[in-house]
Amino acid sequence: MGFDLVPILLRGLDVTVRLTLTSAALAFVIAIVAGLGRLSPFAPIRFLAGAYVEVFRGTSVLVQMFWFFFALPLFGITLTPFVAGVAALALNIGAYGAEIVRGAIRSVPDGQIEASIALNMTPALRMRRVVLPQAFVLMLPPFGNLLIELLKATALVSLITIPDVTFQGVALQQTTGRTTEIFLWLLVLYFALAYPMTLAVRWVERRASAYRKA
Amino acid sequence: MFDVITFRWDGEFALSILPQLLRAAVITLQATVVGFALAVVIGLAFALLRRGPRPVSWPVGFVVEFLRSTPLLVQLYVLYFLLPAYGIRFDAFTTGVIGLGLHYGAYLSEVYRAGIASVDEGQWEAATALNFGRAHIWRTIVLPQAVPPMVPAFGNYFIVMFKETPLLSAITVTELMQTAKIIGARSFNYVEPYTLVGLIFFLMSYPAALLVNRLEARLARNR
Repeated sequence: MGFDLVPILLRGLDVTVRLTLTSAALAFVIAIVAGLGRLSPFAPIRFLAGAYVEVFRGTSVLVQMFWFFFALPLFGITLTPFVAGVAALALNIGAYGAEIVRGAIRSVPDGQIEASIALNMTPALRMRRVVLPQAFVLMLPPFGNLLIELLKATALVSLITIPDVTFQGVALQQTTGRTTEIFLWLLVLYFALAYPMTLAVRWVERRASAYRKA
Repeated sequence: MFDVITFRWDGEFALSILPQLLRAAVITLQATVVGFALAVVIGLAFALLRRGPRPVSWPVGFVVEFLRSTPLLVQLYVLYFLLPAYGIRFDAFTTGVIGLGLHYGAYLSEVYRAGIASVDEGQWEAATALNFGRAHIWRTIVLPQAVPPMVPAFGNYFIVMFKETPLLSAITVTELMQTAKIIGARSFNYVEPYTLVGLIFFLMSYPAALLVNRLEARLARNR
C-alpha cells in the first residue's frame, strides 16, 4: 500500500499545516481589521475596506498567488515562495472573513448597543465588552468553515514551488510513477486533516445555536 | 523609494495580448457553464441518493464528505493521471469539467438537501392523500417549491466555481490562466498578462455577485 511513500508525504504535510496555521492567523487579523473598517463611521476607511474585500473576493486565489509571485518582482518586490503563498492565501481568506465579521457585528441587537450608550461606555469599551463577545460566538462556525477552505486552498502553493504535500505527491509521481498509491495517500491525508475539522465545526454550530436559544 | 519600486506597465503590450486572453476567457466560461450543469445534475443525484435506504445513503454520504474535504487540485490530478492508468482517456478540458462537476456537485447536494428539507411536511402528506405517485410528487409538488429558495445559493456557487477554473491550468487546459502563463513565459512579461487576467475575472464576477445579491433580496421580500 505504499507505506514507504508516507515519510516523504508527511514532510510535505508539515509544510501544509504550517502554511495553513500561518495564513489563518494572518487572515484572522486582516478579517477583524477589514470587517471593522467596513463598519467605520469614516467614509474613506469604509471605502478602502470595501475595495479590498471586493477585489480579493472578485478575483481568483490562484491568480492572486501568481500575481504576487511572478508579477511583483517586476515592480522590484521579490517575495520568497512561502511569503507570496501566505500573502495570497491570507489576503484572500481575510476578505471572506471580513464579511463574516461584518455580518456578525451587525447581527448584535440594537438594544445592546443602546444600553451600553446609556451606561456611558466609550465606543471602544462598548465594542470590546458588549459587541465583540456576542459577535464572536456567531463568527465561530463560519470561521471554522473558512479554515477548512483555507486548508484545501493551500494545495495551490504547490504551483509556486512550495514543497507542500501536494507538491511532494506530484514530484513522487513523476519520479516513481506509482500514481495510484501516491494520489490515494494524498486524498487520505487531506481528508484526515479536514474531516475532523468539519466535525468540530458542526459541534460548535450546535453549541452556538443552543447558546442563541438560551 | 521610487527608484526601487519602478511602476512599469506596457500599454501597447497589454493591448496586443488582450484578444488572445479574451478568446481564452471564452474557454473559461465554457468550462464554468458545462461544469456547473454537471454539478447541478450530480448534486441532485447525491441529494436524492442520500435520502435512500442506508446501504445507499451511507456510501454516498461518505463520497460527498470526501469530495468536500479534499482539494479540487488534487482531485483534478487524480482524474488526469489516474483514469488513463485504467484505460479511461478524456482530453484535458473534459477531465477538468468532470472534476469541477464532481467537486461542486458535492457542495450543491447540501443546497438541495436544505431546499428539500424546507418544503413543509404537510405538502408531502397532502400529495400522498391525493394518491399521487412518488415521481409525480417530486416533479410537481416538492421540487417546484424547493428550487426557488436555492437559486441564490446556486448563483453563489456558480461564481465560486468560475473563480476556481484557473486550477484547470494545472492539468494543461488552455483557459485564461494557462494562456497568461504561456504569454508570460514567451515574453518574460508577467505583469500585464496576470493583471489583465485578474481584471477580467473581477469584471465578470463582481457584476454577477451584485446580481445574485439583488435576487436574494427580492426572494427574501417575496417571502
